Amino acid sequence: MFSYLVRRLLYAVPILLGVVAITFFLDNVMMSPDAKASRVLGPKARGEQRREWIHNRGLDQPIPQQFVRYIGNLATGKFGTSWVTGREVREIFVTGAGPSLCITVPGFIAAFLASVGVALFQVFIRNSPLDRGLTIVSIALMSLPTMVYVIFAQAFLALALCYFPAYGFSFDGLNVFRFIALPVCIFILINVGYDARLYRAIFLEEIGQDYVRTAQAKGVSNPRVLAVHVFKNGLIAIITLVVAELPKLILGSLLIESLFGIPGLGNVLVQAIQTGDQPVVMTSVFLGSVLYLAALILTDICYALADPRIRLS
Amino acid sequence: MPESLRHILEHWLTQDALVVGGFALVFFLLRAGARNERWQRAGARLKRDRTGLIAFAIVLLYLTIGALEVFQIPTASGTRSILDLFLGGISPEKSYSAPLADTLLGSARHAKLNGHHLLGTDVLGKDVFAQMLKACRTALIIGGLTSAIYVPLGALLGVLAGYFRRWVDDMIQYVYSTLASIPEILLLVAIISATTPRWGRSLGTMAIALGITGWVGLCRLIRGETMRQAERPYVTAARALGQTHAKIVVRHLLPNVMHLVLISAVLGFSNIVLAEAILSYLGVGAPVGTASWGIMIDAGRTELGRDPLVWWNISAATAALFGLVLSLNLLGDSLRRAFDPKQT
Repeated sequence: MFSYLVRRLLYAVPILLGVVAITFFLDNVMMSPDAKASRVLGPKARGEQRREWIHNRGLDQPIPQQFVRYIGNLATGKFGTSWVTGREVREIFVTGAGPSLCITVPGFIAAFLASVGVALFQVFIRNSPLDRGLTIVSIALMSLPTMVYVIFAQAFLALALCYFPAYGFSFDGLNVFRFIALPVCIFILINVGYDARLYRAIFLEEIGQDYVRTAQAKGVSNPRVLAVHVFKNGLIAIITLVVAELPKLILGSLLIESLFGIPGLGNVLVQAIQTGDQPVVMTSVFLGSVLYLAALILTDICYALADPRIRLS
Repeated sequence: MPESLRHILEHWLTQDALVVGGFALVFFLLRAGARNERWQRAGARLKRDRTGLIAFAIVLLYLTIGALEVFQIPTASGTRSILDLFLGGISPEKSYSAPLADTLLGSARHAKLNGHHLLGTDVLGKDVFAQMLKACRTALIIGGLTSAIYVPLGALLGVLAGYFRRWVDDMIQYVYSTLASIPEILLLVAIISATTPRWGRSLGTMAIALGITGWVGLCRLIRGETMRQAERPYVTAARALGQTHAKIVVRHLLPNVMHLVLISAVLGFSNIVLAEAILSYLGVGAPVGTASWGIMIDAGRTELGRDPLVWWNISAATAALFGLVLSLNLLGDSLRRAFDPKQT
């Protein structure tokens, strides 16, 4: 197990290097140092100002040298400061994680419970018209882009009917619930369709297994087979899938946060893209891939823990 | 005249030929597939699946409308698309007007409209119904171009990785793991902004970006299935008979994973249409002035907040987008069930 972990971590290093190389390449193709300077400093900045700005950030050095320095900084955890606000990138990410998690964690838990419930119910009534109908509803929920949910919810539930604030976020006391209610509901809606369908397929696969026939032959009632045997075994497969999603929750949801004005990491990123705030964007990419790789390793470990037949070697 | 002639020729070569070629390719592949026994059985099952057939008809309808907007023919008043000729009678207004209204929206003097508009007009006075239909072209071109890039790439690399294993597999896995570990939306925005200064903002650059990020999932799926197929006796038999690797890949493995490619391509098309809307909404999608559901939805964001409320623009775009994506998803679902009846 330990040697497996070490090997997986070592395997992640070239992938991270590749990620950094791709983003660095795209960033340099995208804009010359001069274009970056005029974008951040505004069109009024004089040539002298721009040259100084470029020199202070080391953008006038040869590109290979910049690349090596950049990798060194990332490896030692020096993410630099934002070009636009001048704040420490590390601090931006620490303060942004809170609001993001406020939306994603409740949304994730609720969406998980709802989809498992719906999937189990569908398996119970499988191949009936209602089952077919629920599948079509699930597919319909997946067939709209996120911003449509947000725009309609803001226009009707918030602006027209005034049930919720349409925009913004605040951390003080119970007020936070008023602000997160709509974003969380939308987070659930956009996830539940896909998840319910996936979980239904997993439960159905379990139903075909031998142990189900054994239980039925023993005389266990149908609901009990579902609720105890199939549910337990299916849940193992589902949880291993779900664990892989956990690290991504920190990064928040790009569209939901920016449309609702929630100061989470998704919103930070959208603004950074729009203002050309390179250190923030590059750090997001790096962090995103670290979290993704962590999720992959976590999934493998979960499989091994849940299923004793799997040995990590 | 030579100027306009060149324009027509260019358009025919780049767009019309592309669409005709695309449709022909899909038709050819489906006909080739129809000789396969597995495909014949799936086809028979699909014929009994009402939802799937309806979804297929709706998808065809969308593609036809999109194709009509692509094909241009010369007329007295310059070249126009065939769809334009159908919608020819609709005259533009000055600004917003509600569906089937007689007067401009919110105008004090009750200015009379030039014509009737089934779904009203937008801020520039363009007919919303016409815009909604014209946006099918954007969806068709983006979906077609992107599929033309990522489907062959993903399928071929997946089969190669699954068949040859060892260093081929290692290399392909390395490339797609790296791409997959970059948050997708960021990679898309980065590739589009990196290519825009050179090639300009166009549907082509968006298709390239979507193609680069899109093949990963397909490649992974095909690689897994190929590994399973490669252990089947028919592959061993082919090897024992002395067939070359190239022949085994092309003659035996590719046809046996083709149904997965078809299902993924249909489901992938729906993701591409959704992604186009999101990218257009983020401001890096379709060029300004293109008819696109994403741009219409983006405009609807402010229109829903104004007084009097303008709801028809965003509703029309959402309904049209939803119709296509839902039909594609249902069709993909039906195809999957037709090919794999165990999984109901």
